[in-house]
Amino acid sequence: MAQVAEQAQKYVGGGILRKEDPELLNGAARFIDDMSIPGMLWVSFVRSPFAHATINSVDTSRAASMPGVKGVYSGTDLADEWADGLPCAWPVTEDIKAPKHWPIAKDKARFAGDAVAVVVAETRAQAVDAAETVDVDYEPLDVVVDMEAALQDGATKVHDEFENNSSYVWNLDVGEVDQVFNDAAVVVKERYYHPRLIPNAIEPRGVICQPNPAQGEYTLYSATQIPHILKVTLALTLGLPEQKLRVVAPEVGGGFGSKLNVYAEEATCLALGRKLGVPLKWIETRSEGYLATTHGRDVIQDMEVAADENGKIVGFRANLLADMGAYLQLVTPGIPILGAFLYHGVYDCQAYSFTCTGVFTNKTPTDAYRGAGRPEATYAVERIMDALARRVRKDPVELRRLNFLEPFDEAREVITGLSFDSGNYGAALDKALDMFGYDELRAEQQRRRDAGDDKLLGIGVSTYIEMCGLAPSQVLASLRYVAGGWEAATIRCHPTGKVTVITGTSPHGQGHVTAWSQIVADELGVDFEDIEVLHGDTAISPLGMDSYGSRSLSVGGVALHYAAEKVITKARTIAAHELEVSEEDLEYSSGTFSVKGAPDKSKTIPEVAFSAWTAHNLPEGTEPGLEETHVFDPPNFTFPSGTHLCAIEVDTETGMTNILKYVAVDDCGTAINPIIIEGQVHGGIAQGIAEAMYEEAVYDENGVLMTSSMSNYRVPSAAELPTFETDRVETPSTTNPLGVKGIGEAGTIASPPAVVNATIDALLPLGIDHIDMPVSPERVWAAIRNASGSSVDARGTDATAAGSGVGSADTPGGEA
Amino acid sequence: MIPAEFDYELAESGEHALQLLEQHGDEAKLLAGGHSLLPLMKLRLATPSMLIDIGRLDDMSYISDDGDAIAIGALTRHEVVEGSDVLKEHCAIVAHTAGEIGDRQVRHFGTIGGSLAHGDPASDLPTVMLALDAQVVVRSSSGERTVAANEFFTGLFETALGPTDLLTEIRVPKLTGGWSYQKFHHRAQDWAIVGVAAVQRNGGASVALTNMGEVPLRASGVEQALASGNDAAAAAEEAAENTSPPSDPFGSADYRRALAKVLTRRALQEAMGR
Ligand SMILES: Cc1cc2nc3c(=O)[nH]c(=O)nc-3n(C[C@H](O)[C@H](O)[C@H](O)COP(=O)(O)OP(=O)(O)OC[C@H]3O[C@@H](n4cnc5c(N)ncnc54)[C@H](O)[C@@H]3O)c2cc1C
Repeated sequence: MAQVAEQAQKYVGGGILRKEDPELLNGAARFIDDMSIPGMLWVSFVRSPFAHATINSVDTSRAASMPGVKGVYSGTDLADEWADGLPCAWPVTEDIKAPKHWPIAKDKARFAGDAVAVVVAETRAQAVDAAETVDVDYEPLDVVVDMEAALQDGATKVHDEFENNSSYVWNLDVGEVDQVFNDAAVVVKERYYHPRLIPNAIEPRGVICQPNPAQGEYTLYSATQIPHILKVTLALTLGLPEQKLRVVAPEVGGGFGSKLNVYAEEATCLALGRKLGVPLKWIETRSEGYLATTHGRDVIQDMEVAADENGKIVGFRANLLADMGAYLQLVTPGIPILGAFLYHGVYDCQAYSFTCTGVFTNKTPTDAYRGAGRPEATYAVERIMDALARRVRKDPVELRRLNFLEPFDEAREVITGLSFDSGNYGAALDKALDMFGYDELRAEQQRRRDAGDDKLLGIGVSTYIEMCGLAPSQVLASLRYVAGGWEAATIRCHPTGKVTVITGTSPHGQGHVTAWSQIVADELGVDFEDIEVLHGDTAISPLGMDSYGSRSLSVGGVALHYAAEKVITKARTIAAHELEVSEEDLEYSSGTFSVKGAPDKSKTIPEVAFSAWTAHNLPEGTEPGLEETHVFDPPNFTFPSGTHLCAIEVDTETGMTNILKYVAVDDCGTAINPIIIEGQVHGGIAQGIAEAMYEEAVYDENGVLMTSSMSNYRVPSAAELPTFETDRVETPSTTNPLGVKGIGEAGTIASPPAVVNATIDALLPLGIDHIDMPVSPERVWAAIRNASGSSVDARGTDATAAGSGVGSADTPGGEA
Repeated sequence: MIPAEFDYELAESGEHALQLLEQHGDEAKLLAGGHSLLPLMKLRLATPSMLIDIGRLDDMSYISDDGDAIAIGALTRHEVVEGSDVLKEHCAIVAHTAGEIGDRQVRHFGTIGGSLAHGDPASDLPTVMLALDAQVVVRSSSGERTVAANEFFTGLFETALGPTDLLTEIRVPKLTGGWSYQKFHHRAQDWAIVGVAAVQRNGGASVALTNMGEVPLRASGVEQALASGNDAAAAAEEAAENTSPPSDPFGSADYRRALAKVLTRRALQEAMGR
């Protein structure tokens, strides 16, 4: 844990405890639900119980006469409030079908949970009681829940204005794909399904709208990851002058992508605030969140790899169906595209093909969920690597080594045209194998197999890569994303020696306050405790692109580094003037300028900050004050990578699985704070294991969410998880001067294939080479039962879970 | 997540609770630990207009040695049952099973009386009571009666309790033979997908099943097979006979039947080895 710090690096690299934690732990921190405003009313939404229904009429009269009720509005009643529908900022193709998405549905409800009316009352309970009495005349329509069924001719359409349920087809082909696959000695094809996931941030969503009628201004408090993006988009949706809107993200209790959105409830509370001129509050209940907050994943992948007879890969080909749900939320169509360039993983190849079809269904819209697109890519690549290893009868570790890109510390172009920043995949693998005790575990596995033990052992490997640091704005433009990918930072050096940092990132659990303080403390030589980091309020940090996609450090942290450089540059001018030497005669180290050869003649940054404030003696042309802003647009992405290894024991009688050992060696470039990294890795692995083994949002054929609460949507707890053994290798990124890559999503991206590969590896002697996620005990049991010749449909309960895998074309077994 | 409106009365004694029940009849519900009732109310699946809180009747929380049986007050929390030395000595399966319920927070709130009165076939303690042939003591304003466990659970969320009855005590026999409760669940805090209780008593074995039908079930086929000399593995094959397990996101009926057999074998083997 203890990092050897260079003299100039007092804080960076150190495992410093998080500054922001005490108030979060002792309850002093203020989340949305801790806040109230005098005269505040409560909002409750009426939601469609049907996945697809025509709204014939909405009778609000009874609700309007309930105690405390101040207003009841249907979608039609609010129709004039909107200048535009809710935004989709990533229309991935020119001909994408992007439906209008009104915050409150007017003519049709398109998923169970779609808001159809809204109630305003004096108390929360009154609002909820009244919402129950709103009489909506629904005419239920046929429902499409399954993507493949949705694409069939004549399928019920989610949006009548389009010819079918295909929203878009996005494609990237590089090289002679067909020829390479036709000529290859070995082609392995498998079908994978990523369960639909419910993000489950610990804090549900919530909104407070505070109008200030005197100024015609509005402050919107929201439990969001993206206050800055909200401000721009809500101004457009409501036709509100943007300068009149302030958005504040107070303490936010996690998001995992689910708070990276512009939601109906935010737009509606703002519209009602404008209409009624009073403050309003809405707090999501957990059950409501299961329906109305975006879900993640829900992707079917047909994955192919082509190789020579030794397993040297020549091509990858991936064909995806991605479930959009009923509407396109902020970046819904773009999520699979975030993985589109990574379906070759860390392996060399000559031909590459990726195609994704976005599909509308009558389900909750999907959008970003921790990893967003990259877990999908990593899973497909790492699963097919194991399948190829079986086919060519090689150890999965050896097959990976054979195909790794060679180590590189200068950016190198890969097949897709992207440039990987730096990487040494073998180094992470070696370290992980060593920590894991790979050879001993393989021996134990064989021993159990030979003994016919009913507790089999399996080993899973995942040598992953991700693409972080979103994003170079010009690349985003080429991908048809409508905003930029830059980030802003301001450093304000106060005359008293204290420092305020203003960041455009919007932390919601990640620890930016600590990491940003470390960076600035080292660069400006000020005390860690003397630095205040402000964020999440558009009135305080007007410029920002917020937090998602493991971008905050590698874009926002780098912006901060450049802002510090600007501070030092200005301070140098002032210091030289005061010390009466030329700037070149000054040396700078840890916050102090000293005259070369006369080190006792010196000025510190706080001293210069005071001089800059008094402005009594500034050089010609220098403005008073010591405050600098930098907006950084990254020249490239960053590409964190690493190896995760998992050993699983399978009880072949019950299907129960138990993780015996989990090792993660990650390369996130230069480490700013190893404790924060470790926290991110632990949480990420837990979330990935959740996807691999526990969680799945299941709908019935009517589009009703069956896993509608935490009692049957299985979020695992610490009790289900093993001890994680983690370590790192560091290959500094070449994308930015800090050498950082990002770590927020790595665990979630790396772990699912490690877990599933391990489970399948355990079951190979039984002739099983495929199980879909989540590999629940029942799925394992059913696979064993089906493999032993009995043909009972044990998947009876998950009627709509797609992709009951075709399995691989090869026969299993036989790896060394 | 916000319950419908209701009134609330704090019962000062068992007698007071009975009076309040008489007074409010069908409209009222007793509130013990609240960990089954309150979730239903929050989802508005239960909308009692009156809650009679018996949760603070400390004199209904006890575990005492009563000769051949151990008497457990209805308001005894799972956590107290789990830690009880009297139970560990004389009827350890009850203490052990209480410790398998939910998580720590649930065990500190939930009561044994509530667990039985709720009549949920996925609950653990009812199965154990059935295997033990425990007696349930019930009071109403018209007097006290004792109901055998095998007559207590009458249907899905239905028991022999009437709307004005108060469950006061559970009497479990002292055990001398081996026992086992096999709870199969995916997450530690979950209800059993399937559970199996096995106890050696009266020269034979009793076996009961959790979540294999609308009520906890005695696996009489297994018991008979054992009685006619079959070994545990062979007898366990009868475990799914005459059951009607549910299919839900936790498991299909087929899976539950298969589990019942494996778990019954394991339970019998453990009970016989203890
Ligand atoms: C997250 C969670 C996990 C759980 N996991 C498990 C588990 O794994 N296994 C398990 O068995 N249980 C589990 N439970 C249920 C838990 O054990 C409950 O506490 C128990 O079933 C009910 O007890 P209670 O005291 O909370 O009853 P309450 O919720 O207060 O009442 C339940 C019902 O019984 C009635 N009632 C209560 N006491 C009496 C009485 N003395 N006389 C007459 N009627 C009465 C009430 O009116 C109500 O109808 C779980 C609960 C939760 C919330």
